[in-house]
Amino acid sequence: MMTLFGDPEFWLPLVFAGLMGLSILIYVVLDGFDLGVGLLMPLADPAEKDRLVASIGPFWDANETWLVLAIGLLLVAFPSAHGAILTALYLPVAIMLLGLILRGVSFEFRAKAPARQKGFWNSCFFTGSLMAAMAQGFMLGLYIMGLTWTWAHVGFALLTAIFLTVGYSCIGAAWLLAKTEGPLQTKAIGWAKGGIWGLLAGIAAISVATPFVSTRIFDKWFTADAMLYLSPFPILSGVLLALLAWALRRLPDHPRLSIWTPFAAITGLFTLSFGGMAYSFYPYVVPEKITIFEAASAPESLIIILVGTLFVLPTILGYTALSYYIFRGKARDLRYD
Amino acid sequence: MDTLILSRIQFGANISFHILFPTITIALGWVLLFFKLRFNATGDAKWMEAYMFWVKVFALSFAMGVVSGITMSFQFGTNWPGFMEAVGNIAGPLLAYEIMTAFFLEAVFLGIMLFGASRVPSWVHTMATFLVAFGTTMSTFWIIVLNSWMHTPAGFELREGVAFATDWWAIIFNPSMPYRFVHMLLASGLTVAFLIAGISALRLLWGDRAEAVRSTLRVGVFTAALLIPVQIYMGDMHGLNTLEYQPQKVAAMEGNWETRSNVPLVLFALPDAEARKNRFEIGIPNGASLILKHKASGVVPGLNDFVAEDGTVLHPPVAPVFFSFRIMIGIGVAMLLLSWTGLYLIRRRGADALPKPVLIAFAAMSFSGWIATLAGWYTTEIGRQPWLVQGVLTTKQAVADVPAPMVLSTLIMYLTIYAALILAYIGTITYLAWKSTRGEPLSVRNYPRSGEAEVRALVPGE
Repeated sequence: MMTLFGDPEFWLPLVFAGLMGLSILIYVVLDGFDLGVGLLMPLADPAEKDRLVASIGPFWDANETWLVLAIGLLLVAFPSAHGAILTALYLPVAIMLLGLILRGVSFEFRAKAPARQKGFWNSCFFTGSLMAAMAQGFMLGLYIMGLTWTWAHVGFALLTAIFLTVGYSCIGAAWLLAKTEGPLQTKAIGWAKGGIWGLLAGIAAISVATPFVSTRIFDKWFTADAMLYLSPFPILSGVLLALLAWALRRLPDHPRLSIWTPFAAITGLFTLSFGGMAYSFYPYVVPEKITIFEAASAPESLIIILVGTLFVLPTILGYTALSYYIFRGKARDLRYD
Repeated sequence: MDTLILSRIQFGANISFHILFPTITIALGWVLLFFKLRFNATGDAKWMEAYMFWVKVFALSFAMGVVSGITMSFQFGTNWPGFMEAVGNIAGPLLAYEIMTAFFLEAVFLGIMLFGASRVPSWVHTMATFLVAFGTTMSTFWIIVLNSWMHTPAGFELREGVAFATDWWAIIFNPSMPYRFVHMLLASGLTVAFLIAGISALRLLWGDRAEAVRSTLRVGVFTAALLIPVQIYMGDMHGLNTLEYQPQKVAAMEGNWETRSNVPLVLFALPDAEARKNRFEIGIPNGASLILKHKASGVVPGLNDFVAEDGTVLHPPVAPVFFSFRIMIGIGVAMLLLSWTGLYLIRRRGADALPKPVLIAFAAMSFSGWIATLAGWYTTEIGRQPWLVQGVLTTKQAVADVPAPMVLSTLIMYLTIYAALILAYIGTITYLAWKSTRGEPLSVRNYPRSGEAEVRALVPGE
């Protein structure tokens, strides 16, 4: 079976890079919106804070599991890359983990601990979300810069940290405006408008910086042929940004415009940016150092995982969809009964 | 301190904090399913009340387990890159299967189990509860497979220092896996049984007269009394398995330096690693030989057999293994005495007439399962040193080349937040118990019988 599609040393790493990329993308969209909701907490009044949390309550656990899957696939499919990347990102990883711990537990404590502690756990929820979002943005920037710690690279990484954080708050607001109604919805539309610049600046910064990090990437983009067939990337991104800005002015009252348009537009933007980066860095998993083919585990082990994945992943997607279907519509109070 | 010892402490701190919460959720998931099924069958509100209280503890524990578990998946890369480089071909698929068959199942259906009761028919909610419990157990299975393989590796071959799988059946059902898996499931069951009994006892002490509290006390005490003898038997089996595959660990557990017959069961001693002997030893003659070999003249391996010609020590540090083993056993004995006393008194006098000292004892033992579980894990994990994968890879070979101050600073961050969170966790559970005692309603909805819920589900929800 393994040689059915040609040399497994070639196609298996490719398939796993694809699966890992898919997990990262799903994570960025899904946990992006719930981290974003956490980032918006200080802007909401106390009653609205409960609604913000209620809108992501049934989902956040599963959303974070995509991060575990992504990092798990990196670990199992490209072990040496996992070590190289994570030791280089030791500090931001630790900060992200602390952030994820803080926000995850605040979720429960804010509702279960004595009422006088609620304000404290609300601020932990915000701080945790901020730490996680900033750390992820920082890691993104440093990864683009080849995982080397120089002042210039750290400066760039701090910029992407800010842009990604604002971008997350934007998709968080897009989620909220679809899941809430009334004055909170109006507020959410305002928050989403306020976050567009983060998306724009983030996409611009990554697009401008990436080709100049290595001549290899530059040559991949700026040849006559490449520029022609890669042109959909910038054009579509521009269209989606315009659609987002336009939709945010028309919603919520436009009769034919789906309330999910802004969320879909941002998801599209994340996907395009991610696709562009994947194209730039292929075939490297550790930028300019280790390719996916060099880092891959033994084909015998990868095939064992792949067989399982082919059955399990559709099932996971299926019951995840079921969960979103069950909790469709406007967010209601979180109740156990 | 160097990077190796700091990294070990950091991993130890992370996994110790993490294991506390799965230890609760693994068994509590099944207990919740039991409460839910009892309610479905009897329609008695007390079961729903019990469910409503303990589902909160479950949600809180689950969140703590998830976030500390995410940390674990990163620790491999940040601190132990040599582990995956050497045995990634084995560990990888096992971890992947854990994530795919367990983590998503738990996380997705947890949302439905917690918040979906008013949105789905009752049977779907019961099903979600079952799938969450099943998911936690699957997760235990896969991670125990990997952990056991690190103790008793099988089904692989080494090529240039890298392990390649040759027989997945042998890898999964490696020699120590069945023992460790059952031992851990029972540990979880006991931890939860004592937590439920303890919190219920606390509420009775505070004057809670609710029928639900007496029922949960009964469930807790009966489960504990049932599981503890099984656990003691299983622990003995596990010990004999370890004697076969990791004799140096058993030697450290027994504090036995020389291989010989008629080895006493050492109740207390101060093992001296320098002099290579025990100080202040108090023992029962022939005890260890009897337990391990079932005859007084049985020969028990000693630590001195595990020192190489050049003086390299190939056995674990004795004192931590020796003492954590005794802590685990001590708590096990206390659990046996208390749960059987409780069982006897409940059968004689009923759950609402337990003497105050017994209730206090149960309340004091609420988190005893945690300590026994940690002590047990320390015994087995420190007992594996200096190996990371027995006979294949040493811990030293796997550690990352990260500056020690970096490991130390993140370690301090983790320890601070973990200490604060454990306090908040115990405080919040106690607070929830106090709130319920004062009769604050856990549920304002008039919960329907199982048949009625389906009719309600036909009414559009939005």
